[in-house]
Amino acid sequence: MLQIIHLTVNGRAQELAVDIRASLADVLRRQLGLTSVKKGCEVGECGACTVLIDGRAVDSCLYLAVWADGREILTVEGLRAGDGSLHPVQRAFIEKAAVQCGFCTPGIIMSAVEIVGAGRRYTREELRRELSGHLCRCTGYENILDAVQQAVEQTLQQASS
Amino acid sequence: MFDLEAIYRAASVQDAIAALVADPEAVVIAGGTDVLIRIREGKLAGCRLVSIHDLPELAGCRLDAAGALHIGPLTCFRDIVDHPLVQRHIPILAQAAAAVGGPQIRAMGTVGGNLCNGATSADTASSLFALNAVLTLTGPQGSRQLPVAEFYLGPGQVALQPGELLTDICIAQADYQGFGGCYLKYAMRNAMDIATLGTAVLARAHGAALMELRVAFGVAGPVPMRCPQCEAALSGTLFRDAERLIAGLVREEIHPRSSWRASREFRLQVAGENAARALRQAFIQAGGEV
Ligand SMILES: Cc1cc2nc3c(=O)[nH]c(=O)nc-3n(C[C@H](O)[C@H](O)[C@H](O)COP(=O)(O)OP(=O)(O)OC[C@H]3O[C@@H](n4cnc5c(N)ncnc54)[C@H](O)[C@@H]3O)c2cc1C
Ligand code: FES
Ligand code: FES
Repeated sequence: MLQIIHLTVNGRAQELAVDIRASLADVLRRQLGLTSVKKGCEVGECGACTVLIDGRAVDSCLYLAVWADGREILTVEGLRAGDGSLHPVQRAFIEKAAVQCGFCTPGIIMSAVEIVGAGRRYTREELRRELSGHLCRCTGYENILDAVQQAVEQTLQQASS
Repeated sequence: MFDLEAIYRAASVQDAIAALVADPEAVVIAGGTDVLIRIREGKLAGCRLVSIHDLPELAGCRLDAAGALHIGPLTCFRDIVDHPLVQRHIPILAQAAAAVGGPQIRAMGTVGGNLCNGATSADTASSLFALNAVLTLTGPQGSRQLPVAEFYLGPGQVALQPGELLTDICIAQADYQGFGGCYLKYAMRNAMDIATLGTAVLARAHGAALMELRVAFGVAGPVPMRCPQCEAALSGTLFRDAERLIAGLVREEIHPRSSWRASREFRLQVAGENAARALRQAFIQAGGEV
């Protein structure tokens, strides 16, 4: 059965007829072609499907698409600036070599975008906690933490200068 | 895709109740972090859902005129952790909510879902037991109040009647004022893990004396539980005696089982140890002299 929902995805208003059985991850990937949203486990364990819903990091695999009615969704596809330049978090991931196979990367980047947007400093321990809803089977996490820390610091410096 | 047949998005509590009366087999879904997993596992295959996901009237925290703290069951863990009233009056619940899953799960899962799911491992349940939380259940016949301890009937079984919703979680002023509290989760990993054992301790202090003690556990039995005999024996004693005796006393009162996560003996060991540690932190938070 289909239901009509209205939502904003990466800044664009959308009207979609979604299957009531669909997860938000299903709709973002199949109907909107936003394949940065990965499905690792589909049971809330790995964080690969993380997107921001009204600014909050959520596992889109455990979120019914019909619930997205009236909400604002942000995925990695929506991070690029108007001039095509990458988001500070994306740049930091490249500079710190925080990407290997890349499967976990979009999800972690979305959590990091929320963290960076909070506009405060984090200890390493706090960052570990904030990223604990993500699994990465390649990097061993250290470079990821370095990248997020760098993005936090750079964004704070830019805000104060 | 989830294997479900229908979903009704309720517009209000009354609307949700009417939908449940019309379709008694329908399953309530709040944050969905338990229900959607069960659908994935095939246990609820083909179910019809009544969604209360978008009912702002059931979310948030407030104090009433009598000083009682009301927690909306639809409040997600993340909002519990951050809420100023929770931080000021019942920080133990913030500590428990912060122990759930990871950040994304805490932004979706709700405190009401944690209770209604009926799991003994529910991280917020033991703290709500220690706080003597009173639940409001609202159904077609109106509302009734039930202490949280009477809400749990057995593993996965709670006292919700057909058509009933959990609509309020209330903590009376006398149940939080002057108390220090501590929740300790013992799990194999620091995040994204279900509790092997959960320990919640509330304490009131006067100098070196432990004026009142409350101890509750998750996974120490089929449902979350208090230890009334231990509480009676140690309330009104010196903290240093209570700290020495609490481990032995709680071990006589609880009846954990062996599971693939841990043996009964291991859980008994952890329960005693963490009861003493949580007592110390709760007592210090209550202003006691250790
Ligand atoms: C990856 C992952 C990690 C997790 N980690 C933890 C953890 O560390 N600790 C922990 O305690 N739990 C954990 N959980 C379990 C789950 O997140 C919690 O139990 C959560 O509180 C469920 O709330 P919900 O709103 O998502 O419930 P839902 O799935 O929507 O509902 C759960 C049950 O409660 C009923 N229900 C919900 N709200 C109401 C209401 N207001 N009135 C009547 N019935 C209602 C539903 O019908 C259903 O039976 C985890 C789950 C996942 C997927
Ligand atoms: S795919 Fe959603 S958490 Fe793993
Ligand atoms: S880079 Fe491969 S899973 Fe993280």
